Amino acid sequence: MREIVVISGKGGTGKTTVCAAFAALAHAQGQKAVLCDLDVDVPDMHILLDPQVQQEEVFISGNTARINPDLCTACGRCAELCRFDAVRLEDGVYTIDELGCEGCGVCHKLCPVHAVEFPERRCGVWYVSDTRFGPFVHAQLDPGQENSGRLVALLKRQARDKATQMGADLVLCDGSPGVGCPVISSLSGAALAVAVVEPTPSGRHDFARVAELCAHFRIPVAVLINKADLNAEEAARIHAVAAEGGHHVVGELPFSPLVTQAMVRRQALTEEISILTQPLAETLAAAWERVCALAAQPGRQGGINHL
Amino acid sequence: MRIVIASGKGGAGKTTVTACLAGQWERDLLLVDADVEAPNLHLLLHPSLAEPEPVYLEVPELVEEKCTGCGACRPMCSYGAIAMMGAKPMYFQDMCHGCSGCFEVCPEQALRVAQRELGALLLGSVSAGGKTMPFLMGRTRVGEAMTPPLLRAQERKLAELLAGHPSDVLMDAPPGVSCPAMTAARGADAVLLVAEPTPFGFYDFKLAHAAFAQLGRPVAVVMNRVGMEGNADCENELRAWCAGAKLPILAELPFQREAAHAYAHGLPPTEAQGATGQEWRQRIAELASRLREFAKGANNA
Repeated sequence: MREIVVISGKGGTGKTTVCAAFAALAHAQGQKAVLCDLDVDVPDMHILLDPQVQQEEVFISGNTARINPDLCTACGRCAELCRFDAVRLEDGVYTIDELGCEGCGVCHKLCPVHAVEFPERRCGVWYVSDTRFGPFVHAQLDPGQENSGRLVALLKRQARDKATQMGADLVLCDGSPGVGCPVISSLSGAALAVAVVEPTPSGRHDFARVAELCAHFRIPVAVLINKADLNAEEAARIHAVAAEGGHHVVGELPFSPLVTQAMVRRQALTEEISILTQPLAETLAAAWERVCALAAQPGRQGGINHL
Repeated sequence: MRIVIASGKGGAGKTTVTACLAGQWERDLLLVDADVEAPNLHLLLHPSLAEPEPVYLEVPELVEEKCTGCGACRPMCSYGAIAMMGAKPMYFQDMCHGCSGCFEVCPEQALRVAQRELGALLLGSVSAGGKTMPFLMGRTRVGEAMTPPLLRAQERKLAELLAGHPSDVLMDAPPGVSCPAMTAARGADAVLLVAEPTPFGFYDFKLAHAAFAQLGRPVAVVMNRVGMEGNADCENELRAWCAGAKLPILAELPFQREAAHAYAHGLPPTEAQGATGQEWRQRIAELASRLREFAKGANNA
């Protein structure tokens, strides 16, 4: 089974658009695939895929401290211990700022009068759904919650199990921006990362960082340049950065209003192709073919432990 | 007055709006880039920056000869970073959140403080709108999973800077609605949400609103990329939703190839050539004054 993860570094470069286009192509070509949206705090792929939910589960991870005012003697030990500035003191009353609480439990375990409760934290919901392109594993983190790395790891396990069950040889994942916890978790075990990069100083800067992350974990990178005609010099620089890092550029898409229009129709760019969308769809099909060839190369297994 | 510019969806225009506002602010200002995983504000504003100051997290290291193998540290760790290997504990420093619980409970003081590099803070100054202002940015070390501890260090540095020289703060936040974005927004007096009125942008905007509303800070909206062909319905839906939620839309910024072109060449659209630059300067000057009024009014209410 091969796992392909679409990433970008910078947000808003077109990860979801590209991932959905690849999903439609894989389906049209008869490849058995499981789709997965790993951008769990702001997931968007479901907007294009119109999922029919088959399984829905609450995601609980970690705990949050809470001070029981009936037991608290206001000794202040919790505030002294907290390394996350999450204990507030107002009018002589100590409370926990839940959004600041890191769930370490030190205040809970060391409160001299056991006044700090430590309930489990509900962080979101995850789903296994059917879509017109095949099964889809996705989630929604509750707004403001933590632990998106752990939820990402859980979704990947579910997607792999589903793929094994149905004999699929491909898991295609939409990733999240940045280079932190959720992205590291997304890349774990991937055969190939597809970086969607825009030819802007920010796009190149953030791509260089995420490519370094992939190199660190020995995951090969395919590069798709989006909005390539916005700045030809920057596009050339991205080619150079890619060549230097041994990454393959698998295609270039133009800056086009057709992308948003397909999104408004809730469609992938590679389905129900019109005369207008045909050039974009052809570029994406050629890119997908290269991506599949790269992912199929032997020895392409990343190795990261789940966080 | 501290205003955090956030969005939910990545690429909605947080950095563009922050960079544009910097040039039109008309009061003492300090700029902060809190998108420490993918910091970009410096690429539009070109500050002069001093050498990066590395930031570390204090993590435990075992002093073998003092450890009696009592195992008191193991149950203190909520992150699976301590395991008993035979008679002695092992510390997985990469998984440590720096809570110091293990240090607290070790009866033998058999732990010493080691450091894990989280990233760096960079300080500098920038010229915008004919004025020079201080600039602070964080940058995570590639390979480091945890963003909030670096953001907390950035917050401490910001407090130091403001103690020496009080001013308004514009902070470019990380995308998303989970811990990095929430950590950055904790000190805000007001949150400005940049909304892209596409189906993806609208969905993520609603999540961002739900997340930031929990902070109890006033939230206002700027719509970006308004006027995309074939997208009028979604724009109207967003306006109606904001009206229903009583969220003021302080400005609507146009979708223009010239603006994207300026950004792609490392310039905020307010610095674009000709009519585009002029139009953006005017709209952003209006946004800046409405935003100050909004933050002031909301905090007096």
